[in-house]
Amino acid sequence: MDTRPDEITPPMVSNADDLVSNTDHLVVGGRSFKSRLFIGTGKFPSNEALRRAIVSSGTEIVTVALRRIDPTADEDILDAVPDGVLVLTNTSGAVDAGEAVRLARLARAAGLPEWIKLEVTPDPRYLLPDPVETLKAAEQLCSEGFTVLPYCPADPILCKRLEEAGCATVMPLGSWIGSNQGLRTRNAIEIIVEQAVVPVVVDAGLGAPSHAAEAMEIGADAVLVNTAIGTAGDPAAMAVAFKLAVEAGRMGRLSGLAASRMMAEASSPLTGFLS
Amino acid sequence: MTATPVVLETRPEHPPEGTAAAEVVSTDLRYLRDIAGSATAADVDRSLSASHPSLVDFAVLLSAPASERLEALAQKAHRITKARFGATVRLFSPLYLSNECVSTCTYCGFSAENEIHRRTLTPDELRAEAAELHRRGFRHLLLVSGEHARIVSREYIEECVAAVAQHFAQVDVEVQVWDADTYRRFGAAGADGVIVYQETYDPATYASVHLKGKKRNYAWRLAAPDRAAAAGIRRLGIGALLGLHPDWRSDAIALAAHGRALIKRWWRCEVQVALPRLRPAAGGFEPVDPVSDADLVQLLCAMRIVLPDVGISLSTREPAELRDALVPLGVTAMSAGSHTEPGGYADESDAEPQFEISDRRSPADVAAALRAAGYDPVWKDWQRA
Repeated sequence: MDTRPDEITPPMVSNADDLVSNTDHLVVGGRSFKSRLFIGTGKFPSNEALRRAIVSSGTEIVTVALRRIDPTADEDILDAVPDGVLVLTNTSGAVDAGEAVRLARLARAAGLPEWIKLEVTPDPRYLLPDPVETLKAAEQLCSEGFTVLPYCPADPILCKRLEEAGCATVMPLGSWIGSNQGLRTRNAIEIIVEQAVVPVVVDAGLGAPSHAAEAMEIGADAVLVNTAIGTAGDPAAMAVAFKLAVEAGRMGRLSGLAASRMMAEASSPLTGFLS
Repeated sequence: MTATPVVLETRPEHPPEGTAAAEVVSTDLRYLRDIAGSATAADVDRSLSASHPSLVDFAVLLSAPASERLEALAQKAHRITKARFGATVRLFSPLYLSNECVSTCTYCGFSAENEIHRRTLTPDELRAEAAELHRRGFRHLLLVSGEHARIVSREYIEECVAAVAQHFAQVDVEVQVWDADTYRRFGAAGADGVIVYQETYDPATYASVHLKGKKRNYAWRLAAPDRAAAAGIRRLGIGALLGLHPDWRSDAIALAAHGRALIKRWWRCEVQVALPRLRPAAGGFEPVDPVSDADLVQLLCAMRIVLPDVGISLSTREPAELRDALVPLGVTAMSAGSHTEPGGYADESDAEPQFEISDRRSPADVAAALRAAGYDPVWKDWQRA
């Protein structure tokens, strides 16, 4: 199991470049990543737009739906993924644990990395992850040796159960997938961050760079963004905006955010007995 | 209790990976100690305002500038305690089973080197002690013993737990550390909690005060709460004996790190911490870094702020007036009317106590003081199902 970055990372750094690019790495599944921005590959107007967005974002992990992969096609979605970027096959379309496990096995049989973004979404309107089936699938896939990154409800107990199953991360939703509503689950994610022993990746609903920065400020280890970049007027430029927002949020978190208010002092002291 | 594949049964020099103990060992305590030594007033304000305080915040709250803001710490600790626990304090009593011990620990009255009268309760004596404590109102018991694997064997502890579990709502054990299988047996016999004080988290200091016996194995002891949790024990108690280490803040930071790690790794368990200060005992060990009352207040408040959900217990080591004053700052459990010698409740035992207690009030008097301060003394808040 990968541990989260040490919470006692020094809050004060003199060289910002060291903070966000050279020393402060994200470790998942035994691999180290400089970028804390994962990119989804759906909804882009073209493979070329996708490729440019991936490159400009600096991302090292992209998630691709197995159902979109067609190695026999002239132009497959994987062709847009530059070398060195990890392909995280997702089980998009699976409605239960059984389907998700079969999709993951198919990905392995196709020679893709044994890294799976687990998605089990039986609800076709909101695409909400099924917590029960997600946990079942996670337990099975982990036992088969996959590195599993599960998309899940922002439920602190579920996240602990997914950790125990052996997942490499937990990926709670910020708001409904594709909704661009931002961190509607902020309070729950704060608890998840506080309790997690694996990296917390906020997935789904981040519609603006400021949402990503907020997620990083409250202690998420990374974010996954798709719709907000894929449907932007200029996906590559938006990818840069998210890259900078993630770095800004991370730097803000590690630098020690300023106090929002001073503590009120009560009139009847509790420590008077010491004097 | 968990699917986490951790091997806990070996006795290496280092705790197994994937345990809270391993996380404590890998924590950069020196960096945190430096934080405690260099924090500014602005850092204190920031840490007091943090919505989810970190270990860095804990170190900041132990700093000298934070000692100048003690009232602010106390107010925040009080608010958190009232919000999380209400105006209640759980009362419990330690029942000493035996002062037999084969370990030589320089600070402990039970140390094998000390020529004291040794005694181990017989089953009848145990029943008499338990009956007396039940008569005084207690429904939560803490069974305590020295470390003697033959006289205070796992079978003996198991039998003692079984003997009292049917009469008490909660039974915790604070005995020598065991493997997970033994903790599972204790749980099956009716134990709800396992208390293991690491005493000091500094390996060098640990080695210097634990001269002989199995207690010398630092890593094995540090991972004992992990083994208890893996065995299904629901309550884990940890603590550091303040005054053993040359820098008490260092041990306090490690204790907080241990608490956080246990909460994260064993999230189904209730974690309780204790902040005992060294008391006079046979052997005459003197604290290396005495902790003042103000220091203790600062530590208690910082612990409550950074670990808002943990239980914090306060023993009769502390004097009555101080105990009363500390209650609003984060204390959730108190012992009362304690005897630290085997057989001290039902008869006039001639056995040696582990240490001298300070608050000599009866349980009824402690309960009355709590009521007078607006608190509900809770004798029972647990029921095995």
